[in-house]
Amino acid sequence: MSETGKILTANRLNDGLVVFLSAANIWTRHINDAALAQEANAQSALAKRGEDFEAANIVTGAYLVGAERDDGEILPDHIRERIRAAGPSVHPGLLVENPHVSLR
Amino acid sequence: MYRYDEFDARFVAERVSQFRSQTERRLSGELSEDEFKPLRLMNGLYLQLHAYMLRVAIPYGTLSSQQMRALADISEKYDRGYGHFTTRQNMQFNWIALEDTPAILEDLAKVEMHAIQTSGNCIRNVTADHWAGAAADELADPRPVAELIRQWSSLHPEFSFLPRKFKIAVTGAPNDRAAVKFHDIGLRLHLNEHGQRGWEVIAGGGQGRTPMVGVTVRDWLPEAELLGYLEAIIRVYNLFGRRDNKYKARIKILVHETGAEKFRDLVEEEYARKPGSGIEVDARELERIEAYFGGPNFEVLAMVQPEFEQDKLRGREFARWVRANVSAHQMPGYAIANISVKPVGGIPGDATAAQMRTIADIAERFGNDEIRVSHHQNLVLPHVRQSDLHEIWQVLQANGLGTANLGLIGDIISCPGLDYCALATARSIPVSQALSRRFSNPDRQAEIGPLRLNISGCINACGHHHVGHIGILGLEKKGVEFYQITLGGSSATDSAVGGVLGPGFSAEEVPDAIETIVDTYIALRMDKETFLQAYRRVGAGPFKEALYAAA
Repeated sequence: MSETGKILTANRLNDGLVVFLSAANIWTRHINDAALAQEANAQSALAKRGEDFEAANIVTGAYLVGAERDDGEILPDHIRERIRAAGPSVHPGLLVENPHVSLR
Repeated sequence: MYRYDEFDARFVAERVSQFRSQTERRLSGELSEDEFKPLRLMNGLYLQLHAYMLRVAIPYGTLSSQQMRALADISEKYDRGYGHFTTRQNMQFNWIALEDTPAILEDLAKVEMHAIQTSGNCIRNVTADHWAGAAADELADPRPVAELIRQWSSLHPEFSFLPRKFKIAVTGAPNDRAAVKFHDIGLRLHLNEHGQRGWEVIAGGGQGRTPMVGVTVRDWLPEAELLGYLEAIIRVYNLFGRRDNKYKARIKILVHETGAEKFRDLVEEEYARKPGSGIEVDARELERIEAYFGGPNFEVLAMVQPEFEQDKLRGREFARWVRANVSAHQMPGYAIANISVKPVGGIPGDATAAQMRTIADIAERFGNDEIRVSHHQNLVLPHVRQSDLHEIWQVLQANGLGTANLGLIGDIISCPGLDYCALATARSIPVSQALSRRFSNPDRQAEIGPLRLNISGCINACGHHHVGHIGILGLEKKGVEFYQITLGGSSATDSAVGGVLGPGFSAEEVPDAIETIVDTYIALRMDKETFLQAYRRVGAGPFKEALYAAA
């Protein structure tokens, strides 16, 4: 059974790397650890947490991304976000962060 | 090579220390992102898809071996072991941490480099013909004037907040290799019957979402008046350029909306007020600068170098590389060696730290310690002896830098696209890699002949697709990438903006589509007609028919 909803992503302030907010309220490099908010209320709560983390200078440019979770794997609904999560599609050597994220 | 004077050294050092403090204040939260963003952009630090990106200025594309090594060191110490040469003759690092940036800027300052004015609405790094000072067809080296403009425009208080960014390109040769008609201002050198230098001043060219060929504002401007006249143009732009709409803010829109005649009048009117008196180009100062740009102490060599002629007979591959990548030098017995940064299936413009060091070593040993970056994302050794070419080629070959494809279909210009860029709408690198593989056969490339294939991943056109003989523009519809093809563009002396051929293609379909276009050209070309000549003779019709009629 797949679930659809929104995840929260941002760039970490100190090094700019792509991060996702987990259910434990911790920023993670791994998209599959992201909290997936399915209800509108949960989504706006997630967005609010992003604003708080920005205000606390932990991350910058936080925003919600539409995504689908299937069998524990989260796939964003847009190619741009899939590339952000996986790393450049042209540098296999640099995909160490998240080699399992499919670009398709 | 030009050396910093005490003013350059001081302002770069001041900037580094300012940025160190600004970064500390950002990390501690004293500065908000909104406050900090313009400060980091003034120092070339962008936030891209995966990390911060630092764009380092390479004035007029000229680097010493020492500077190239410093770039290699930075790529290893602070990035992931590679850097990307851009279509503005600069270098970009893709994986930079904000907290490391002050230290990187310090390392750059040690070798007289910085990232100032590589972003923001100011006068950007001045670009020039990458064969400057070496090309056989050159009237004079354009770099002293480029350097003069760099000094004048650096931290220029009046021109630090223009309506939009402003790019200047300079060429000293009749064959335009600097794309002077596609810059906000392009300068082309002419000599009059007395041998005096004058500059043709072209304004209002550009690519992006509204590509335009620049118009000549002055046919022949005496060199002494250059800075005053540039000031008049940029003042008119600063005053009348649109600030209400980012997409209509470049000078090309002002020139277009005002009309070339009226724009010329405005500039001449401003210039007649002589507001810039005191900035006449001092011949002695220009001579001082020129002294830094001399080539090596050229030996007197014979036109024909028997050793070189023999080397060419030794192997087909070397002969092929010479044919494609070596260009005529103004001194007998010398040559310009062009290094393709476009290996088959590679990423256009990407070089590893090891490759950068290899090139630095070769330049030091054989090439007067001088390296150029071309806006085609290749590198150039401008002054080498013909008799050294074989040895140079062998070292290049051993390091993945010996590809013989300069100006051929494998020499693809490509922006970073959606793999790296926050503005991109589609990926451009994988498409360029697929095309590079499709046309990997060197015999096939030679048979096709001169062809510029340029790819951009969005309408901002950093991949120069408008001026590709074949241009590809990556777009997106409902989350799916697709690619539009244009034909007939050129950034050379015969400048033109390419025309869109028809409906777009998926990434997978692009190689077949390009192959169809190439096959159509080969079938209809007459004699030694190049792709561009053939296209101009027959128009888009036969290509459209071949691509779309069969479907």
